[in-house]
Amino acid sequence: MSFFNRLRDHPYLLEVTYQVTEQVVNALQPLWRRMGYDRAEALFRTPEKIGKGAVFNCKMCGQCTLHYTGMTCPMSCPKNLRNGPCGGVRLGGYCEVDATMKCVWVEVFERSQKMKIYGDDIYQIQPPLNQQNMDRSAFMNIAFMKSAEIPEAWKTETGLSHEQK
Amino acid sequence: MNKNRTNGRFESALRSGKFVVAAEISPPDSANPQDVLKAANILGPYADALNVTDGSGANCHISSVATCTILSNAGYEVIFQMSCRDRNRIAMQGELLGASALGLYNVLCITGDDVTTGDHPQAKRVFDMDSIQLIQTARIMRDDGIFLSGRKLSAKPTFFLGGADNPFVEPFEFRPYRLAKKIEAGAEFFQSQYCFDVGRLKSHMQKVCDLGLHEKSFILIGVGPLRSEKTAEFMRTKVPGVYIPDEIVERMRKTPSEKKREEGKKICAEIIQQIKEIKGVAGIHMMAYKQEESGAEILEMVGLTEKKKIE
Repeated sequence: MSFFNRLRDHPYLLEVTYQVTEQVVNALQPLWRRMGYDRAEALFRTPEKIGKGAVFNCKMCGQCTLHYTGMTCPMSCPKNLRNGPCGGVRLGGYCEVDATMKCVWVEVFERSQKMKIYGDDIYQIQPPLNQQNMDRSAFMNIAFMKSAEIPEAWKTETGLSHEQK
Repeated sequence: MNKNRTNGRFESALRSGKFVVAAEISPPDSANPQDVLKAANILGPYADALNVTDGSGANCHISSVATCTILSNAGYEVIFQMSCRDRNRIAMQGELLGASALGLYNVLCITGDDVTTGDHPQAKRVFDMDSIQLIQTARIMRDDGIFLSGRKLSAKPTFFLGGADNPFVEPFEFRPYRLAKKIEAGAEFFQSQYCFDVGRLKSHMQKVCDLGLHEKSFILIGVGPLRSEKTAEFMRTKVPGVYIPDEIVERMRKTPSEKKREEGKKICAEIIQQIKEIKGVAGIHMMAYKQEESGAEILEMVGLTEKKKIE
């Protein structure tokens, strides 16, 4: 596990990998469309579960926010907080619920500061999770626009403007 | 901030620029409305608004919305606290509409202490939305008159929306940005966790002012008396998010037991005096759980006891 732990502390490497993967998945859009969501999703689900599970301790929410959250999975937070830490963080930056675990958001913030491509995305507001995407491939949810299925009323342009940062 | 809405008393007090006092009360474990009124008796008259907690510390009590309604009917200005721990988005939007229909105007949206800290650790934690998403949802309902689903409301609710702030725990550098995110979502006022570390508060407020957030929202700082070094120790180890520096615990320890109560009040009064001088602070938020008398005496010590309740 220590290899993956060390990898997590190199968020720049991870964000580059993420960017490349996303571009490849997007470039192959016609292929996924021909396969259809069900088959393409079934193909991706297990590799994603294993791969992202090892690197990010992925919980398969099906709606990756990794590049918004310091290439750190916010679903490891017992409260599943996707917009920032709660107010219960313990002395030394440990989790309110599990005192042996570093607060996920302490790690998110530290790592986001080392990111060159998506570092500022941490300041954007994340919409409520679509629970229907649970246990499905996040990449296929992106490819088939399922991640874009945010609540109708949600304004996507929210987030801090640049002068505020 | 939307200026065309009917202002509540709390909002008017904040907008008037005076130093505001909010006080927290704990809803009792009772179905008797008299017990609710009793809980507000001591601090109620001095507070510009009474915060009613929503199952604080994940312990079961009479509901926040019911407590708020009883108090509001008795003439108190209340702040309805709503946590994300126990309800999903369907229940939360329904309760927001209900609260507004009952005349509740101030809503403090918080994440909520985890179920494991309370008396029902076996309960399921919900957290379908987080506090920022809850603030934005309430704002969408108020300003756009629709549910998250896009379905239209036949009458829009009115809210003065607040969020929580905790400058005293990590990640310190991110905390001001978290306020900025909440303001972006729709927060108009903030109430902080207990302040026992004025130095930390000062550096937090400095950054908040640098970002101009104090001009976009009203920030109230949490304060409260310590009864003894034992309560201090309990609070900093068992109550989520409370930081008490060793110097303060030591100061309580050195005080002879018959004077501990006085010393606790003195520490709190000193902190309030220092908070008053910090740029960007709009007021205090008095949390004096089971020592409401001490809370009222502290307000007297710092000269914040103008009567506010409408009879």
